[in-house]
Amino acid sequence: MTSKPLATIVSGGLSKFGRLKGKYAREIFMEAAEEAFNRCLNLDPKRDIEALFIGLMGESYERQAHTGPTMVDWMNLLPLPAARIESACASSGVALRYGIYALLSGMHDVVMVGGAEKMTHRTTPEVTEFLAMGADFPFEQWNGITFPGLYALMATAHMHRYGTREEQMAMVAVKNHRNGALNPKAHMRREVTLEQAMSSRVIAWPLKLYDCSLISDGASCLILTRPELAGKFTDTPVHIIGSGQASDAIGIYERSSLTNLAASKKAGREAYKMAGVKPREIDLAEVHDCFTIAEIMAYEDLGLCRPGEGGSLLEEGVTTLEGEIPVNTSGGLKAKGHPVGATGTAQAYEVYLQLTGGAGERQVKGAETGLTHNVGGSGASAVVHIYRRG
Amino acid sequence: MPEGNALPFTIESFYKFVGERRLMAAKCVECGTLLLPPRPTCVKCSSKDLRWIELLKKGRLITYTVIHTPPVQFQSMAPYVVGIVKLVDGPMLPGMIRNIKPEEVKIDMNLKVDFDATLSSKWPMWPRYFFRPL
Repeated sequence: MTSKPLATIVSGGLSKFGRLKGKYAREIFMEAAEEAFNRCLNLDPKRDIEALFIGLMGESYERQAHTGPTMVDWMNLLPLPAARIESACASSGVALRYGIYALLSGMHDVVMVGGAEKMTHRTTPEVTEFLAMGADFPFEQWNGITFPGLYALMATAHMHRYGTREEQMAMVAVKNHRNGALNPKAHMRREVTLEQAMSSRVIAWPLKLYDCSLISDGASCLILTRPELAGKFTDTPVHIIGSGQASDAIGIYERSSLTNLAASKKAGREAYKMAGVKPREIDLAEVHDCFTIAEIMAYEDLGLCRPGEGGSLLEEGVTTLEGEIPVNTSGGLKAKGHPVGATGTAQAYEVYLQLTGGAGERQVKGAETGLTHNVGGSGASAVVHIYRRG
Repeated sequence: MPEGNALPFTIESFYKFVGERRLMAAKCVECGTLLLPPRPTCVKCSSKDLRWIELLKKGRLITYTVIHTPPVQFQSMAPYVVGIVKLVDGPMLPGMIRNIKPEEVKIDMNLKVDFDATLSSKWPMWPRYFFRPL
């Protein structure tokens, strides 16, 4: 762990996640931005912030594209340069990486990265249609394959190849809801039992309602600076020490495997190598549990266990809050909620809280190294970051 | 040269063939790779020397799901089965599996390709292929 950090987080903010009735995405993003500004009183946003990169997946929800300047306008930071980054559900994870690019290029000293999505005012069939746009249109969407459908195809294949069981998938929901109940900003602060999860209605067999993440509203952001400047802003910096990103075929039928995500594996390997950290040396991780099978595949793709052993890892309790490597302490996309554009930087915000000792009832004691894993769509993009307490 | 070799190697052409009840892929003349969806350049050897070939309309089911929560335009059909089929010619193809009860669908079952000539009223106004039991 001798490599120089890529960038340093000096502050972060997260709105309440949930059904935020009557609020626009820009207004929700302001909530996150205000928290980040209030946490870092040495930062003068108008003077110090030099650019904004914001993740937002769909302009269909609010009939609003051009998110960069919209957010800058509402934060009263005109004429700050800004751009929207879109990589489906990995939009803000990728925006974070663009923030790192901006700092490493030498062009900027302080940048803001974040994400937002406002979804709950739309009907479920509308949201299903908008989300599916992150998957291949001419062969997948055209044949009625939905997002839960794509992960269900992977779940069926995983069950067939490795003997993974529906109960093991339900255990992801039980664990993440238990964590979410401890997170005041989570969409669903309610524990669920294995029986409830198993008996919930079918969405795309074998995936049931409790195998799916939530349709939520929310926003998140981080303030990044170059490591050598972090001391000007905070005494509790969190360094980003590894970053990896990869792409894969947009259609899952064109991929070599249906039981893992090659983009996750590649992004993970790159991030671990850059950070000089091994998978089991991570103290906690926020992984992309858009569906319960996705968390199981993430364990395997990120090297927390061998391929096919994700289900056993859950049964052994390795990834619970008290386990060896707690995963999704925030409640994950499953219980904290999944406002898609906000998710990547919301994961980073959770790791930031954990590494600065600010995670309250769900604090992982002595956490020094964390990981975030953000997947776009059905795995055509994935981005992994590794963090170390400053 | 088979008829239709003048069509460009695009997705649009693929669906034009579907409208003629033909399942067509691009074949690289250099290395023999089958491109489904068709692309203008071979993904394996980068050759642009391609020709259309008609595929056998048969394959084996690799994985499947039953969609109970559909997007707007498929609401009247739910629940319906979709899956990924490995065609006997090699490539994989996703699609709807019709003319079968969801509980009768099994991984590894043999399926054949059929066609639905109904054109959508909105863009992209394509016909559809689908799978059914042999």
